[in-house]
Amino acid sequence: MQTSFINIENIRNDFPILKRKVHKDKPLVYLDNAATTQKPIQVIDAISNYYLTYNSNIHRAVHELAEEATLAYEATRDKVAKFINAKNREEIVFVRGTTEAINLVAYAWGRQNVNKDDIIVTTEYEHHSNIVPWQLLAKEKGAKLEYIGVDDNGELILDHLDKYLATGKVKIVTFSQMSNVLGTITNSEEIVKRCKKYGVRVLIDGAQSVPHLKVDLQKLDCDFFAFSAHKMLGPTGVGILWARKELLQNMVPFNGGGDMIREVHKYETTWNDLPYKFEAGTPNIADVIGFAAAIDYLDRIGMDKVREHEMELTKYALDKLSQMKGIVLYGPKDVTKRGGVISFNLGDIHPHDLATIIDEDGIAIRSGHHCAQVLMERLDVSATSRASFYIYNTKEEVDVFIKSLNRAKELFKL
Amino acid sequence: MSSADIYREIILDYYRNPRNYGKITDPDIAQRDSNPLCGDELEMHLNIKDDKVADVKFTGKGCAISQASASMLTELIMGKDFEYVKKLTKEDILDNLGLHDLGPARIKCALLSLKVLKSGLYSYLVDKLKDTASADKIKEEASGLF
Ligand SMILES: Cc1ncc(COP(=O)(O)O)c(C=O)c1O
Repeated sequence: MQTSFINIENIRNDFPILKRKVHKDKPLVYLDNAATTQKPIQVIDAISNYYLTYNSNIHRAVHELAEEATLAYEATRDKVAKFINAKNREEIVFVRGTTEAINLVAYAWGRQNVNKDDIIVTTEYEHHSNIVPWQLLAKEKGAKLEYIGVDDNGELILDHLDKYLATGKVKIVTFSQMSNVLGTITNSEEIVKRCKKYGVRVLIDGAQSVPHLKVDLQKLDCDFFAFSAHKMLGPTGVGILWARKELLQNMVPFNGGGDMIREVHKYETTWNDLPYKFEAGTPNIADVIGFAAAIDYLDRIGMDKVREHEMELTKYALDKLSQMKGIVLYGPKDVTKRGGVISFNLGDIHPHDLATIIDEDGIAIRSGHHCAQVLMERLDVSATSRASFYIYNTKEEVDVFIKSLNRAKELFKL
Repeated sequence: MSSADIYREIILDYYRNPRNYGKITDPDIAQRDSNPLCGDELEMHLNIKDDKVADVKFTGKGCAISQASASMLTELIMGKDFEYVKKLTKEDILDNLGLHDLGPARIKCALLSLKVLKSGLYSYLVDKLKDTASADKIKEEASGLF
């Protein structure tokens, strides 16, 4: 059985890890994709091919290996720009991940532009990486951090945004395009539109959206955008910060060192062009090159197909889960408003106990606060269990998952 | 160990009906800790009288293992000599719970209560008894738990 949108069998064959067994003889059912996805052989090969045949540092040397490596590294930049429909390749900065991208903005843009009594607006469903850097900035500057609340359907209460914007003190609004706990897809274009009226900058955390939805930066019209390669078939240690050229030009560098300079003298340095001004030191060349193979892979399937597959799988899972007695499901019920991330609690089984039990059946899910303790407080729970899907997951795997949840219920005499 | 062995009747019973759950007003020892990995929280209160545990209570949020472990620990030490409590080991706790061979992630759940107890004893020995020698030993044990 497969969803009608993609050929899952062919896809699964590209992922060597999906053939392994866990707990001796249980086929792996990997439902922790919101944390990190598995990697297809094409990505693994691209990385090993670099080390096997043209490993060298980039940008400076003139020998053939360096030329090949530089070309491959820079080709990824073009692919990323095209994938998210960015206008200029110089606006794509390679960083370590979403976390580093947001910290870069909070540091390099925030310290120049946020002052005492200014307001920074984030939301109650942010990952810690989109809260803590702003707390640090707010403390340093004497600015205020405010939150857009989450309603009972798991959606943002945009009236809160209007209230903060009306003060005239907001400098930046920062939010996730898809919640990593509730799966809620944020009405991003609407938020950007409202912020533009007040000349307020917008940062979008695309860590959960870029892997699962077609993202079009020119349509979104935000100012900063961040995401991670490892949540979209790519390697760990690579992330993207996209920012408008004018903003990047006026920002101070985040790190100083090699590659980010034009000329260095004893007491003065001039900066390199964009994006190199923000890429100090030898970057993660191998994994950036591997990331290109991940983008190619998703492009070949097509992001529309990815989305349709996940909607069908999510609907299938939600239908079954909602029939279970004692289950509490978080986030929007309507699958057009959410991604393939399902957070839930089952009776009084603590998520850690649940994850331990179903792990025995080969099922990998996440349990805990998902780096979203502000949201946990809002939901008034200390933890949830979370299953999250990707292109290689099947309805049969959902069935195995449901069966295992029933076993947990039996163990807990529910 | 398999989850059928972990989630035995007795563990579930202590999880759902925790003994000695609550707070002591004005306790001799009050100690709180959490497991940063999973957010489990635990607070223990003790009263010490004539070198014995006169009363002990706990509150907390977390998985069945951490909460049952805390509750069973309170029963284990209630009325016992202070010296006995000081000497409690990791093995004592796991024996008491009947949980052995827990994986590296879940063993922390089982030992959180002992960590809280040892940290509480440490503060008590330093602040109230000025006994830094045995306090240091206990502190070392507590930080060695996980
Ligand atoms: C919404 C969201 N933002 C940010 C992050 C942080 O990403 P990374 O750990 O790759 O920096 C994550 C993933 O953990 C996430 O889900």
